[in-house]
Amino acid sequence: MLSIRNLHARVGDKPILKGINLEIKTGEIHAIMGPNGSGKSTLSSVLAGRDDYEVTDGEVIYQGQNLLELEPEERAWAGVFLSFQYPVEIPGVKNIYLLKAAVNAVREHRGQPELKAGEFLKLVREKLKVMQMDEAFLHRNVNEGFSGGEKKRNEILQMQLLEPTLALLDETDSGLDVDALRIVGEGINRMRSPDRSVLLVTHYQRLLDVVKPDFVHVLAQGEIKLSGDHTLAQRLEREGYEGIEAA
Amino acid sequence: MSQQEIDQLVDQDYKYGFVTDIESDTLPPGLNEDVIREISTRKGEPEWLLEWRLEAYAKWLTMTPPDWAHVDYPPIDFQSISYFSAPKKQGDGPQSLDEVDPALIDTYNKLGIPLEEQKMLAGVAVDAVFDSVSVVTTFKEKLHEAGVVFCPLSEAVHSHPELVKKFLGAVIPQNDNYYAALNSAVFSDGSFVYIPKGVRCPMELSTYFRINQQNTGQFERTLIVAEEGSYVSYLEGCTAPQRDENQLHAAVVELVAETDAEIKYSTVQNWFAGDDDGKGGIYNFVTKRGECRGDRSKISWTQLETGSAITWKYPSCVLIGADSVGEFYSVAVAGKKQQADTGTKMIHIGPRTRSTIISKGISTARGQNAYRGLVKVLPGAVDARNFTQCDSLLIGDQCGAHTFPYVEAEEPSAQLEHEATTSKVSDDQLFYLRTRGMTEEDALNMVVNGFCKEVFQKLPMEFAVEAEALLGITLEGAVG
Repeated sequence: MLSIRNLHARVGDKPILKGINLEIKTGEIHAIMGPNGSGKSTLSSVLAGRDDYEVTDGEVIYQGQNLLELEPEERAWAGVFLSFQYPVEIPGVKNIYLLKAAVNAVREHRGQPELKAGEFLKLVREKLKVMQMDEAFLHRNVNEGFSGGEKKRNEILQMQLLEPTLALLDETDSGLDVDALRIVGEGINRMRSPDRSVLLVTHYQRLLDVVKPDFVHVLAQGEIKLSGDHTLAQRLEREGYEGIEAA
Repeated sequence: MSQQEIDQLVDQDYKYGFVTDIESDTLPPGLNEDVIREISTRKGEPEWLLEWRLEAYAKWLTMTPPDWAHVDYPPIDFQSISYFSAPKKQGDGPQSLDEVDPALIDTYNKLGIPLEEQKMLAGVAVDAVFDSVSVVTTFKEKLHEAGVVFCPLSEAVHSHPELVKKFLGAVIPQNDNYYAALNSAVFSDGSFVYIPKGVRCPMELSTYFRINQQNTGQFERTLIVAEEGSYVSYLEGCTAPQRDENQLHAAVVELVAETDAEIKYSTVQNWFAGDDDGKGGIYNFVTKRGECRGDRSKISWTQLETGSAITWKYPSCVLIGADSVGEFYSVAVAGKKQQADTGTKMIHIGPRTRSTIISKGISTARGQNAYRGLVKVLPGAVDARNFTQCDSLLIGDQCGAHTFPYVEAEEPSAQLEHEATTSKVSDDQLFYLRTRGMTEEDALNMVVNGFCKEVFQKLPMEFAVEAEALLGITLEGAVG
């Protein structure tokens, strides 16, 4: 599904990623953990195509294509989805309008017919229920005045609607209270499928109690220092990042 | 005036060094009393109107062009402009769409304008079986039944002289400003609308359907009178670019709303904006004003301004009647090297008069966009209220947004609110939408349309759709 080889990236003159190697097979969930400033968010941003970052070396192969050559929207059409750490407000644009435009943009490029208003509404109501979101969400402006938890739920709602093949979830657990964490976690679990891979970027282990990853990687100073199964997350929780890095 | 005299006039103008290849139905460049007499004669106007024009001309001569707007352009040589161009006969226009500028056709198609309508807009000669002709006919019959008068001003001068005489210049006096004075002296044609007492106009009045819409000159003059308890919604302009050989457009629009009457005036302006360096393009110097004369009367101006090299335009409301309401909803776009200085004036005279101003300015490329607005509350306008919101959106870093709000409140019980914001279309917003599968252009359109939504909601439905499409076309290439 996704093969990251020797990926180097920088912002301005500052190198952030210093040779990332990662293989994600279809159906797997990988968690990337690491201290602040380790490059976790940079990795997901580079994979989604944000152009603030300059890739200086390495390659990323996604389903046989050179991912780094694609525009962000082309990546979306190819099934890549990024759940933002800080979802962006779009004043004046109703959430339902964005959701429908997004779903139909992706469908168009997958050769699927456009969803009519009625069909879309039926689909979105189903997903709202899963995320325990009120229908009023649809008629609010995109992320405007949303609480932290509402924004994150909205991201996972979008993921449910867009049905990506590769989901990049950037700190989806930050800013969530216990209940919201459970709802978001279950939302992610529902998306588990043999055809779908997930890259979960997180600072804490608590989301991983709900969404159990197949692999956990520790990212520090722009490199993957350690990889293991889900027990590695628990070890991190006990010993902290410093303990791991010293080891 | 004899041909010989006209020839002399031409010769006289040559001393200014202008040689123009003139079609036979266009007056030579230059402005003087004889030119005004000639215009009036050619239009077969009554004596009183000629006198009115001459009076305006005399006032214009004593005035100087305004220099306070936030726009920059070389002085206009008013003697180099031709002030009369007879409406071309149908046979003179392009004979088929093949003869029309392909760029124009391209725009029409993007806007989804039907083919037959495209022909009408492009001024293509059409034969008698053309669909729209019957549309126009049914349309006229329906209005006639309701007692609504909707015709060219030049026709109204003959068919309803007493009304024209009564209201012409009643809201915007001849010497109101430099360009209004010029318009009063030389105005070519425009619309006349009269809604009798208690009549709700059965349809939106659109200049699309006005039969002589094509080739209306550059000095349009429109007069709308809504009698007691009547209602009319008037749509002005065309959502496709009207390429125009003329540089200066100085139009005047006057609205009169009597007791309990309501006038809704919507404009989509897309004149030629000039090239990327500001060459060519229209100077759009327009005076628009409405008087809410009666109690509880209401006038709303809604505008989308995307075209013109320079826009200088302040549709205003004079709120005389008690409880009368003035509204101004505006989206102004300045791209390329366009300059827009636009806004409104709300003059509160009557008690409990209310006004709302929502202004959205969008600047891209090297565009300069200024909001200029005056809220004036005179003594006695007890409990008058105004709400003003000015938002500016910047795309790129070479453009500018400016806000010049003026407030003159002389009534202590008045309540005025003003909000202003300036924002940039952020890379974060565009990236967010692109990761959701939208192209960069679609993403920009979504952000911009969201920004304009409050105003577009005020446009009549089908106009709003076209406005969104037009905005999309205008912003093509604004990012990337």
